[in-house]
Amino acid sequence: MSQIVTANRLADGVVLFMDEAGGWSEDFAKAAIYSDAPAIAAALARGAEAVAASLLVDPYGIEVELRNGHYTPKALREAIRASGPTVRRDLGKQAEGLAPIPALQAPTEASHVSL
Amino acid sequence: MYRYDEFDAAFVWARVDQFREQVGRRLAGELTEDQFRPHRLMNGLYLQLHAYMLRIAVPYGTLNSRQLRKLAEIARKYDRGYGHFTTRQNLQFNWPALKDTPDILAELASVEMHAIQTSGNCIRNVTADHFAGVAADELADPRPYAEILRQWSSLHPEFSFLPRKFKIAVNGAPKDRAVIQAHDIGLQIVRNEAGEIGFTVYVGGGLGRTPLIGHKVREFLPVHDLLAYCEAILRVYNLEGRRDNKFKARVKILLHERGTPAVRELIEAEFAARGDAGLGLPPAEVARIQAYFAPPKLTSRPAVSDRLERRRGKDEKFSRFLESNVVAHKVPGYAIVTISLKPIGGVPGDASADQMDAVADLAEDYSQDELRVSHEQNLILPYVALDELSAVYDRLASVGLATPNAGLISDIIACPGLDYCALATARSIPIAQRLSERFGDGARARAIGPLKIKISGCINACGHHHVGHIGILGLERNGEETYQITLGGSGDETASIGGIIGPGFSTETVVEAVETVVATYMARRDRPDETFLDVYRRLGPAPFKEALYERNKGADI
Repeated sequence: MSQIVTANRLADGVVLFMDEAGGWSEDFAKAAIYSDAPAIAAALARGAEAVAASLLVDPYGIEVELRNGHYTPKALREAIRASGPTVRRDLGKQAEGLAPIPALQAPTEASHVSL
Repeated sequence: MYRYDEFDAAFVWARVDQFREQVGRRLAGELTEDQFRPHRLMNGLYLQLHAYMLRIAVPYGTLNSRQLRKLAEIARKYDRGYGHFTTRQNLQFNWPALKDTPDILAELASVEMHAIQTSGNCIRNVTADHFAGVAADELADPRPYAEILRQWSSLHPEFSFLPRKFKIAVNGAPKDRAVIQAHDIGLQIVRNEAGEIGFTVYVGGGLGRTPLIGHKVREFLPVHDLLAYCEAILRVYNLEGRRDNKFKARVKILLHERGTPAVRELIEAEFAARGDAGLGLPPAEVARIQAYFAPPKLTSRPAVSDRLERRRGKDEKFSRFLESNVVAHKVPGYAIVTISLKPIGGVPGDASADQMDAVADLAEDYSQDELRVSHEQNLILPYVALDELSAVYDRLASVGLATPNAGLISDIIACPGLDYCALATARSIPIAQRLSERFGDGARARAIGPLKIKISGCINACGHHHVGHIGILGLERNGEETYQITLGGSGDETASIGGIIGPGFSTETVVEAVETVVATYMARRDRPDETFLDVYRRLGPAPFKEALYERNKGADI
C-alpha cells in the first residue's frame, strides 16, 4: 500500500499534496509517500489541523502506484485531479509542470483501434 | 427582455454583500466548511476536481450583449479565458478562486445577473424554449411566465429547504424544445376551446438515477392560477417528499410511489384549500411582465432575400449552414440563427472569452442586442434579417463558430464529466469529441439526418443521456471507464426514456458501437427522411441489439 494525502486549498480550491515536512505543495512530485496505516493516520491528523486552521478543505488519502519508475495516482479520477482536464492540456497542473509523470493521455479518435 | 426593477437590484446587491461577508468569515476561520457549504451552494459555488466552479444563472436562457461581454470579462479576469454553457441554459466557470467570488458576483450584479439558486435544494433557475418569442410555431412567449415564476421562487422562504432540488421548465410552442417532461414541473402553453392561453401541467419528470417522464396533472390551467397551482404542487412535495432518502427525495419518486391520481388529488385539494389567497395573477401584472418581452419593432422586410438566395446558390458551405443552423422566424424576412458550440473535435458548450465577445458584437449589430443559451449547449441569435445572414455567417466563421451541425449527429450534449466534475464516474467530453470527429458536419452527418447523442459522465445525468436518441452513460467498472448505451430516448413532446441496449462498451469500443447503431439505422430506414427515432420506434431494439452483440459473438474483438 502506498498512499499520499491530498486536499484543496480553501482560498482558491487549488489541489495540494502533503509533502515530507508535513507542509502542502501544489506539486505532485513533492508529495510524501506513506506506506502504512499509522503513517497515513498521522498525515490525515495533520490535514485535520490544516482544516481547523482554515487552510484546506477535505484532506483524504489516495492510492498511488509506481509506473515506469514514477509514482502516479492509481484511480483515474485522482490522476485527472492531479494533472488537469485531459481535454485541456493547457490547463491545470499538467500545464505548470506539477503533474505526475507520465502525463495522462486524452484518448483521440486516431489512437483507437476499431472493433 | 426583463430589466431589474429597484427591488430586484436591491435584492441581488444585498446577496452580494451577504456572500462577501460569509466568504470573509469562512476565510477567517469563523465558519467551518460544513457551515459554509450551504451558503456557497445557494450562490452557485461548488468545489470540483481541480478548483471551485461557479454556476451563473441565465434566466430562461436570455442574455443581452452587455451581459455576455461581462461574462467574457469575468472569464479573462478571474478565470481561464473561457466558460462552459450547460444543459440548464446556465454558464459555468471552472477555475474561480473562493476569495474572488464576491467580486465576481458584484460584477454580475452590475449587469443584472447572479448565481442565486443555481444549486441547493430549492427551486432552480427556470428554463424555457430557447426560441421563445421568435419561433414561427409559437402560441405564446413562455418567458413572461418563467420570469413570474422566477420572481415568486427567488428566496421563497417556504421552498428554500425542499427535500431535493426542483426544476421548472416552460414551453410555448407545440414543439417541445425545453424538455418539459423531464422536469419536476413542466408547463406547456396551450389554448383552450374559448381561445384562452393556459398551461398543461406535468409533474414528476426527471432524469438522474431514476429517469421518469412527467405525469400530466392538469390539462388546462388558467394563467390566473399559475402561481397558486405551482405553490400547491410545491407544498404537497415539501410535506410528502421523501426526506429520509436523498435518492428518493425528488418529486418524481413521490408520483412514482403514490401514483399520479393520488398526488393529483393532494395537489388539487391543496389548491382548493388555499383558494384565491393572494396568489392569483392579476391580468395587469401579467401584462406588465409581458411588456418587458414585447417583440422589438423590426423593419419590415420581404419574406425572401435575393441577396441570401444568390449566395446560397453558389456557396455550398453557406448553404449547409442555412440548412442546419437557421430556422423560420415568426416575422417574415427574419430568421433564428443557432451558433453551434460544437466545433468538430471541440468541447461541447465551451466558448472562449473572445468568442463570447464576438457573439455579443453580433447580437448587438444584427439581433436586437439579444441572444439565447439553449439547453443543447448552443447560443442563439433570435432576430437576424435574412439580408444580413451572409454577414453574420462570415463573422461567425472568422471566430470558428460557423459549424453547420445544429441538430445533427455531431451536435452532441455532454456534461463536463470526469475531466472536471467531482461526482463523475467517467469522462464524457473525450467521447463527444471522438464521435464528433468520426461523424463530422459534412455529407455523412447530413445523410444521417436529425440525431441527438447525449452523454453523461455519471448517473446524475446532467448530459440528459436518457432522452438522447442515442444516450451514453459513462461509468467506472473495476477502475476502467465503461460506457452504457441507451437507445430511443427523446426530450421533445413525444418524450421517452431510452432503453439500455445491452452490456457497456470500453473507451476503445464505444465509438465503434455508436457507428454500428448508426449503420443499422441507415440500413433499416425506409426512406431518407425517416429519422433515427422513427426507425427505432418502428423496429424496437432488436436489430440494434443484434448488430451490436450477436454479429460479433466469438469474433476476435
